[in-house]
Amino acid sequence: MTTAPILEVKRLEKRFGAVVAATGIDVEVRPRDRIGIIGTNGAGKTTFVNMVTGYLEPSGGDIRFEGRSVLGRPPREVTRLGICRSFQVPQVFGSRTVLENLVMALALAEATGLALLADPWTSDRAERARRTLAEYGIGDQADREAGLVSQGVRKLLDIAMAMAHRPKILLLDEPTSGVSQEEKLAIMATVMEALDREGVTVLFVEHDMDIVARYAGRVLAFMEGRIIADGPPQDALNHPKVLEVIVGEGSFSGARATQREPADA
Amino acid sequence: MSAAPSATLAAAPASARPTRSRSPVLPITIGAVLVIAAGFAVPAWLLTILLFALFRAMVVLGLIVLLRAGLVSFGQALYFAVGAYAVGFLSRAGVNDALVRVLAGALAAGALGLVLGFLLRRYRGIFFAMLSLAFSMILYGLLVKSESLGSTDGFAIHATTYAGYAPDRSSERFALLVLSSVVAWAGAIAVALYLRGTLGRLAEAVRDNEIRVEYLGASVAMAVHVKYVIAATLAGVGGALAAMVIGHVDPAMAYWTNSGEFVFVMILSGSGSVFAPFLGALVFELIHAVATHYSPGAWRIILGSALLAAIMFVPGGLWSLMPKARRS
Repeated sequence: MTTAPILEVKRLEKRFGAVVAATGIDVEVRPRDRIGIIGTNGAGKTTFVNMVTGYLEPSGGDIRFEGRSVLGRPPREVTRLGICRSFQVPQVFGSRTVLENLVMALALAEATGLALLADPWTSDRAERARRTLAEYGIGDQADREAGLVSQGVRKLLDIAMAMAHRPKILLLDEPTSGVSQEEKLAIMATVMEALDREGVTVLFVEHDMDIVARYAGRVLAFMEGRIIADGPPQDALNHPKVLEVIVGEGSFSGARATQREPADA
Repeated sequence: MSAAPSATLAAAPASARPTRSRSPVLPITIGAVLVIAAGFAVPAWLLTILLFALFRAMVVLGLIVLLRAGLVSFGQALYFAVGAYAVGFLSRAGVNDALVRVLAGALAAGALGLVLGFLLRRYRGIFFAMLSLAFSMILYGLLVKSESLGSTDGFAIHATTYAGYAPDRSSERFALLVLSSVVAWAGAIAVALYLRGTLGRLAEAVRDNEIRVEYLGASVAMAVHVKYVIAATLAGVGGALAAMVIGHVDPAMAYWTNSGEFVFVMILSGSGSVFAPFLGALVFELIHAVATHYSPGAWRIILGSALLAAIMFVPGGLWSLMPKARRS
């Protein structure tokens, strides 16, 4: 039996003047999906992520999360509904320590009303933050300033902070960009392991096709603001247009050979 | 087991940053008691300097709340004047009670800050700073044109009473010192508690990264608005105290040079602690008094030089010279 979609995107469109950044985008995302989003630069991947998370207002179409439209809601409301994101350039508080970043994220996720006047720094919250950092493999960086740690650590912190709200959907915008080739696989392994434990639905924008083939259960291929392929990696990555424009013939080791076991299998 | 990415940059040494601070109530209370005790011992001229420093520090306390979010206002004289004129209006109506006057100054300035905050919260940087200044100049212009309010001369304020008690002339200044100290005590504790809470700490988060704050489910606009209202309220309290201390209100209270002096004191103070504005304001008033006494024609040159020296040699403000501040 097919479960109901958690996210439905219908005829989504975004225009910047005469430039069409996205058009006719239809996507249904089901709980615990692992969706890789691929495409050349300017294909509309980040525009899609920005629209789903409330950063950009679509020019047309609808985005429904658990049956209700999220159109017109600012990022903070979309976040509180359960759609969170990380960024291509990690968005952390550079002047605070890694631990303080996560404690603040947890405090903002958990405190409402007058509780926001209370000190965010509770021993319970600090302990949970340290545990989470350890799960993300950056526990030893906890007391260092976030602005001074490596890009890889900031990427993981960015994702850990996005998870503070315990989202139902997490969108990762190029989680491995700007880090060394050796760090890429380590980061994805760490992140996916942590996200598997939470059972969160994940959409990730990625340029490395080996990583897409390994971690995605489904691939959305974007080109010129449209989705040109949507399906399992072995199909989408071998779609003729995807091979021609995005993947390039023989440029990655192959979806069939490296596909990872689905998280919820 | 997951492999952790390496820290490829030489990271900062493990920080001993005191993320959880101790209760601010005791040190602030000790500070207030010391100021009141000083009132018994210091000569009259120094008592006046203490009074001026206290009302000025209240305004700067609010500026620090804004500064922590990366915002500077060059228009706090607006709220300072509103607080002062609120006392003036009460005085004309025959209301001279200290508590009522302070509350009226706070409420009038806070309410105006609440209204203007809807506009100001949309701006950052120089636009935020200059919009505040623009509003203060509008008020200045209105006050100058208002003959019923004494135009450029302003008008006098009746002496302050304390729950029915009217001190005689010999104890009037000391009573004002006790009032100012108690108000400053309450303001400093409120700000210290606010700054250690999640909303208060959000200021630094806003300064660092507004996008991340929004994507953590918090409203940047609301955070800025709250801080703006707090700063306006504290400036109003400062204005109310100033009106009672000086015994007179006039449009110069809203003039831009007054706003500049508040920013001057903020730079001189630093933003590391709620104690900083009191230290900075006291030093400012001392420099001002000494400079005008010994060199009436050149006191602005001396003040300007002091600001230059502060920026060049103590960029973190006077408070950063404190041993405890240096350790953290």
